[in-house]
Amino acid sequence: MIELENVSYTYGDGELLSDVSLQLQPGSFHFLTGPSGAGKTTLLKLCYGALLATSGRMTAFEQDIARLDRDQMALLRRRIGVVHQDCRFLDHMTLAENVALPLMVSGKGENAQKEDLLELLNWVGLGTRLDALPPELSGGERQRAALARAVILSPDVVLADEPTGNVDWEMSQRLLRLLVELNKMGKTVLIATHDLSLIRAAKSQVQARVLRISQRQIQLAGADL
Amino acid sequence: MNKGTIRSMLVRDKRADRVVPPSGYTAQLTLFVSGAMAFLAVFALALSLASGRLADRWASELAGAATLRINAPAEQLSAQTEAALTVLAQTPGVASARALTAEEQVTLLSPWFGPDLPLDTLPIPQLIEIIEGEPGLDTAGLRLRLGAEVPGAVLDDHSRWREPLVEAANSLRRLGWVSILLIGGATAAMITLAANASLAANAQIIEVLRLVGARDRFIASAFVRRFTYRAFFGALVGVLFGMTGVLLLPEASVEGGFLTGLGFQGVGWLLPALIPLLGAAVAFLATWTAAVRKLKELS
Repeated sequence: MIELENVSYTYGDGELLSDVSLQLQPGSFHFLTGPSGAGKTTLLKLCYGALLATSGRMTAFEQDIARLDRDQMALLRRRIGVVHQDCRFLDHMTLAENVALPLMVSGKGENAQKEDLLELLNWVGLGTRLDALPPELSGGERQRAALARAVILSPDVVLADEPTGNVDWEMSQRLLRLLVELNKMGKTVLIATHDLSLIRAAKSQVQARVLRISQRQIQLAGADL
Repeated sequence: MNKGTIRSMLVRDKRADRVVPPSGYTAQLTLFVSGAMAFLAVFALALSLASGRLADRWASELAGAATLRINAPAEQLSAQTEAALTVLAQTPGVASARALTAEEQVTLLSPWFGPDLPLDTLPIPQLIEIIEGEPGLDTAGLRLRLGAEVPGAVLDDHSRWREPLVEAANSLRRLGWVSILLIGGATAAMITLAANASLAANAQIIEVLRLVGARDRFIASAFVRRFTYRAFFGALVGVLFGMTGVLLLPEASVEGGFLTGLGFQGVGWLLPALIPLLGAAVAFLATWTAAVRKLKELS
């Protein structure tokens, strides 16, 4: 589904990732962990084409990401839902409008939008906050709204960058349950996090593969987690 | 860009238009610039059309006429006038020729000497009006014959001062059109600047849109629609003010000469209606070009 083969990424004079290989199979669940600055966000960005590898080959849905034109890249991003650490909302638009943004940009019909939107916001527990503006939302609400926006187009892959970074333990468990539910619906999930307790908590709910980035390389994490 | 693309970019989509925050100084700048430029364009158009009318009138009215002046002592004036009329009657290319009456000559001189000119006491030359016909007047041949038969006759075919006047009027007409082109160019430049400023100010919004799968066309459309409509409404207001100004100009009169004929005539009144449409087209192209370039820069 998404495959990185011997990918390196250099920014300025420093190499952030070196000869990294990764395969995200359909329906799989992955955690990506490692210390801050290890390159987790960079790896996620490579997966959805926000960054292009300095060397190596990256494919998504059997397409070479480096060869996609701008329109093809936009279509690729509709198949990959991303939950950003800072959520990235448009502050002048309501929660409902922000969550519906992927539907709007992909030209889906208005009726389909309303139905999908209400169902989705109820699923993440924000059905009563439709008209709230992003600055009015709590950290947990923002993360759940970001997750709703990431999945509203029913993407094949969901990438989450530190989704529990700004929320309390209870809320992080709630978010984790939503991501596990998505995986059970057949979605491929990759969560970048430095929160090991979240990974431990997930082990009882889902069969997850844990990858660790260390010294610019990616490796399968051991039983120490 | 095909017709469907242009239509989809211009048809209002309230939800998609909400993507870009509605306020900002670029909105006021676009409205003001397009309004001011449309106001100026109305006057440039009026100037160009009036100059064109003037050039055409001077060219047509004066090209088919000539004047023969008889300078002779008072006792010979009548005889030489008769001789000249006889010569003209026999000349090919002269459709008609007639001596101006004393009243007509007084009328011609009255702007300089007043209406109570005692013509009979002054040594005024006799003027003969010649209207040209087919196959055209051979002025050189006529001058030779008049020189032999009517020694006091001086033929003036008006070309000496007609051509510079027509050329001046045509230059004014060209100047008007050049002004309109410059106004269009300046409008495009200002709207490009405003669009670039707006795109730069909204770079984070553009980034979010790209992350959720928006194509360049969707993002550009949100800006193009906004600037096109602003330019259209700004130009509409500018044209209304400009037309009011033209309406308030004095009407054409003989006394006022060229300066009082600067308005529109007939279907010419409809031409300013095209200015808002042209302004919108200029804004559309300028914003589209700026957006496509900026989106590539931001990627």
